[in-house]
Amino acid sequence: MSQISPSLKKRMYCEMVLIRSFEDRLVQMAAEEGRLPGMQILANGQEAVAVGVVRALEPEDVLVTNHRSHGHLLAKGADPGKLMAEIMGRSTGVNKGKSGTLHLAVPEVHALMTSTVVGASPPLAAGAAFAQQYAGSGSITVVFFGDGAAAEGSVHEAMNLAGVWKLPVLFVCENNCWAGAQALHEHCSVGQIAHRADGYGMPGRFVDGNDVEKVYATSRELVEHIRSGKGPALMEALTFRMRGHGERDHQLYVDKEELARWGELCPVRCYGEKLLAEGFLTAGERQAIQDEMEGRVKGAEAFADMSPFPAPEEALDDLWVVEPRQYRSRNRR
Amino acid sequence: MAELSYGQAVQDALRVAMRSDDRVFVAGEGVGISIHADPNMPTFSLLEEFGARRVKDTPVSEAAIAGLAVGASCMGLLPVVEIMFFPFMTLASDMLVNHAAKLRYLSGGKSSFPLTVRVKTGVGFKAGCQHSHNLEAWMAHVPGLKVVCASTPEDAKGLLLSAVFDPDPVVVIEEMMLYWMRGEVPDGDLRVELGKARVVRPGSDATVVTYGAAVYTALEAAGMLEQEGVSLEVLDLRSLVPLDRDAVFESVDRTGRLVTLHDATKFCGFGAEIGAMVAEEMFDALKAPIRRVAAPDIPVPFTPPQEEFYKPSAGQVVAAVKSIL
Repeated sequence: MSQISPSLKKRMYCEMVLIRSFEDRLVQMAAEEGRLPGMQILANGQEAVAVGVVRALEPEDVLVTNHRSHGHLLAKGADPGKLMAEIMGRSTGVNKGKSGTLHLAVPEVHALMTSTVVGASPPLAAGAAFAQQYAGSGSITVVFFGDGAAAEGSVHEAMNLAGVWKLPVLFVCENNCWAGAQALHEHCSVGQIAHRADGYGMPGRFVDGNDVEKVYATSRELVEHIRSGKGPALMEALTFRMRGHGERDHQLYVDKEELARWGELCPVRCYGEKLLAEGFLTAGERQAIQDEMEGRVKGAEAFADMSPFPAPEEALDDLWVVEPRQYRSRNRR
Repeated sequence: MAELSYGQAVQDALRVAMRSDDRVFVAGEGVGISIHADPNMPTFSLLEEFGARRVKDTPVSEAAIAGLAVGASCMGLLPVVEIMFFPFMTLASDMLVNHAAKLRYLSGGKSSFPLTVRVKTGVGFKAGCQHSHNLEAWMAHVPGLKVVCASTPEDAKGLLLSAVFDPDPVVVIEEMMLYWMRGEVPDGDLRVELGKARVVRPGSDATVVTYGAAVYTALEAAGMLEQEGVSLEVLDLRSLVPLDRDAVFESVDRTGRLVTLHDATKFCGFGAEIGAMVAEEMFDALKAPIRRVAAPDIPVPFTPPQEEFYKPSAGQVVAAVKSIL
């Protein structure tokens, strides 16, 4: 991994710590009665996938994601304060409180579309990638989906279309070992989802999703392939869902020893220790990064707390560019 | 002005749009090379003029076709995708109902999805209920989707051009039994404003509110009633969303009687919305109860006598009008 510069290593570590701090804070807030509306579907333990993939992209490359999106969006450069405000349903949120945690769209950093309909993101990404190919922009689209989503027909349709048309899209399957309460072998016909790439005429790679440098290196290889016009690629990153599907899911169906084993493989802590051992970080720098990122999350929370909720009647806004008249007309004339 | 078939009018609209704006592309199953090599088919000969970059034959993948439209429109293109037959809309519906219609709202108005979905509808081509199913009320029920349906070649062109350049998602329903019907169509960039109904035949005793191929059923009924001295006004909505409420109110104000008519089934059909709207907003103007003429609540039957039985007839419209005179 000699091609990864010391500054990039440090940057990737910082981003992973930011994401972990952000979601750890959400875990705490979700435990406080009435603090957060709705459910929190978190990606603690999957930070290396988000950061390793996004660092292999150019800023104008498009990101399409799913219900477990906070890490992807923070890595792409979304503002933590506006994300936190959105998660709390505030008017200063990135989508004015219309999205909440589940459907965040941050077009200002080219994170264009997020769908919580499992398996819906890949067809959206194929559409975005088609537009890039059509315009000859040289940009690509990356889409994140889970091992559970891989069972959806829409994923098959999107990967087949992308393969036939050689669309510039990187399909990233974050295999976090659990789809709802089902383990992989209970819902997936193959041991490795990456093997399905053969069926769509695209390269498939399986990577240790808890190792940010391996994720980055594999992403770089596939992004180069895609950007050179050779068509799409699939990367499966094996990682683990450390929290349940929502903070009220206590994962009683997950073996405690399995959870503990993956806890020891924590991508954030392991990478910090590795950089320390290899001399890329000092203990003092590591602590300073931790403090700085926790401080940013505190700042984000304070910003969100100060922000008002949108007015109830603003629920009527933002559906249409040109609104049909019939919906607001209460009276005859 | 040229005399074109309904299908050629659709072609003409697509040619005008594609010649004037490179953001417009066409995609779907057989939109380029088709098993139906008929010059009256709506995308006939587009591939020859615009090439494979802009006329995209897709795999048989309705979800991917609709997803292509959503994703590409979010990037600033103006996709015109085709879902071959209305019943296949179920396969595309997640992309339209949960994504085309909702992603702008969820973004807080940051994103827009200026896509057009063309879909063929109609009763009478004897392919049975998995190729014939008028699902327009489903589409119209989804906030975030606009829905239009032309009954003439001129409107087929003008509504489609308006849909292509409308900044919101529009479902354009094409009456495939009318593809061969000919009529005068203005040249060039013809726009028919979305949300403007048209009085096809003025009348004074009752109003029939309808759209699509059923317009001709209504006109036939109006001719029959005229023989008996009854004057029936025929209002073609052209656009279900946006709905031209004022045109309905204005007509019923004059006639005092309302009959709704569509080839879709009756229960929860679009006629129910029109009837409820009139009853809610102008009950005092009504001289008689509202009547709905629609298909029976069964799938579209295959065998010819049963398919004919299914489609609402002029006789049924005449009977409905007479029952409230």
